[in-house]
This record gives sequence, C-alpha cells and structure tokens, in this order.
Amino acid sequence: MNVNSLWEYANPKKFIRTTDRVLPSISVLAVLCLVTGLLWGFFFTPDDYRQGSTVKIIYLHVPSALMAINAWLMMLITSLIWIVRRHHVSALAARAAAPVGAVMTVIALVTGAIWGQPMWGTWWAWDPRLTSFLILFLFYLGYIALWEAIENDDTAADLTSILCLVGSVFALLSRYAVLFWNQGLHQGASLSLDAEENISDVFWLPLVVSIAGFVLLFVALVLYRTRTEIRARRLHALSLRERLA
Amino acid sequence: MIPDLGRYAFEVTLAYGVSLGLIAGVVLLSVLRARRVARDLDAAEGRRARDED
Repeated sequence: MNVNSLWEYANPKKFIRTTDRVLPSISVLAVLCLVTGLLWGFFFTPDDYRQGSTVKIIYLHVPSALMAINAWLMMLITSLIWIVRRHHVSALAARAAAPVGAVMTVIALVTGAIWGQPMWGTWWAWDPRLTSFLILFLFYLGYIALWEAIENDDTAADLTSILCLVGSVFALLSRYAVLFWNQGLHQGASLSLDAEENISDVFWLPLVVSIAGFVLLFVALVLYRTRTEIRARRLHALSLRERLA
Repeated sequence: MIPDLGRYAFEVTLAYGVSLGLIAGVVLLSVLRARRVARDLDAAEGRRARDED
C-alpha cells in the first residue's frame, strides 16, 4: 500500500466497504485474545509472593491503562489529519474513539484503586501518574461533551481537535511520569523491551495475550463506531435538508 | 474451578466484575446506537427517495 492509497479510506463509502470485510475477523480475534488472556491470567497463574492474588488485576489494569493513553494518541493523529487535510472520516474516527478511551481510563483508575487499597493502604494518592491519569479522564469527558454541545459538525471537529492537542500533554505525562517523577507511589513499567526489567514469564505471557485482546477490542470498537458516526453525519445532513425544505 | 484467591478474593473479583461490566456496557451501547442510527438513516433515505419521485 502506498501513501496515496491510504487516503482512499477517507472516502466514507470506501471506509464502510473495507470495514464490512475486516470487522468480523478483527472482532472474533479480539474476543479470542481477550477471553484467553483473562481466563489464563485469572485461573492459571500463581499468586505473587508479595502481592498475593491481587497480581491477577494486572491483566486488566496494564492493558486498559495502555489503551487509555494510546486511544488519546490515536485521536491526536486523526485530529491532526482533520486539521491538515479536512477528511471527515478522520474527525469521526476520533469522535468514535473517545468513549472507548474513556472506558479504558475508568477501568485503569478503578482497578488501580482496588489494587492500591490492600497494597498501598489507600484507594487513591495524588501521585504524578495517577493525577495525570485522572486529568486525562476529565479531558475525555470534556472532549465527548464538546462534540455533543456543538451542532455544526465541522466546527465541533475543529474545536475538539484543538482540545485533543492540549490533552495530549496529559496523555504523554501519564505514559512517562514514572520515568522522570520519582516521588510517586506508582511503580515502574511492568513491560519493557529490556528482558532484565520484565516481569516473570509466568505473568508476562498471559499479560501479552490480554494486551493483544484489549488492542483488538479497541480497533474493532473504533471501526464499528466510526461507521455509525459516518451514518449519523449523513442522517444529520438529511435532517437539515428536510428542515430547510 | 474458581481459584483460591485467599484474603484478596473480594478485591480481585470486584476488579474483574467492574471491568467486564464496563467493557460489556460500551459494546452494548455501541451496538444499540449503531442500530438506531441505521434505522433512522434508512427512514430518512426513504423519505428523500419518495420526495424526489
């Protein structure tokens, strides 16, 4: 695929035709990976010698936190495409991704709090990573609310794209806070390209499968929801035409 | 079948319950909205086709 052909998918009809073909496979793969990763992690992994069975929360917390940040970065890329090239599908893809990213952020925050209570002795701490994650969640809510509040789709896409650019600071901060802020409670990354720093294989393998499941679930949901947004935009245009007639 | 989760059984079960509930919720809402929009769009396209005839 060359770069020129990538822009063909900015055509709503082409996008819907293509997703008609790929969406079933991605959805099935997502369910398979998610079910395998979570069942493997919940039923077939041992307790950690310090964390006990709470280590099983890692199979939800790490993938959801990863997707919460990466969903915003995906929205950043599609927002930039909207700003530069004015492709409606890219703006609608960002809109479609926001509720999914918000749910991932809630899962990461809730599972982190449930794990933190027995391990840290508190549900919440104003730790740099936790705080930047909470702010990221508020940005998700603001982004969704802004889309809903503005009737003109192009104006909404413009304003939400700007909001997305600003919110990216907190998405990146959430990702890298553990590396340069040492005073927080949150530990370092659970996954690393450096084998020395990685968690043990017995936890790592089901975690990778679970991450694959969350990534595929996100992709499937965003493609599915983008199709809905394309149809909703068409419906909005037809309704306006009826009102003016 | 259920593994022995020891003293943290409540926390682990709660984390899985809430997370799976949220995932099911976003999937369900996405499907319901897609169906509603598709139905409304079909109706609007039908009205447009009739008006043009």
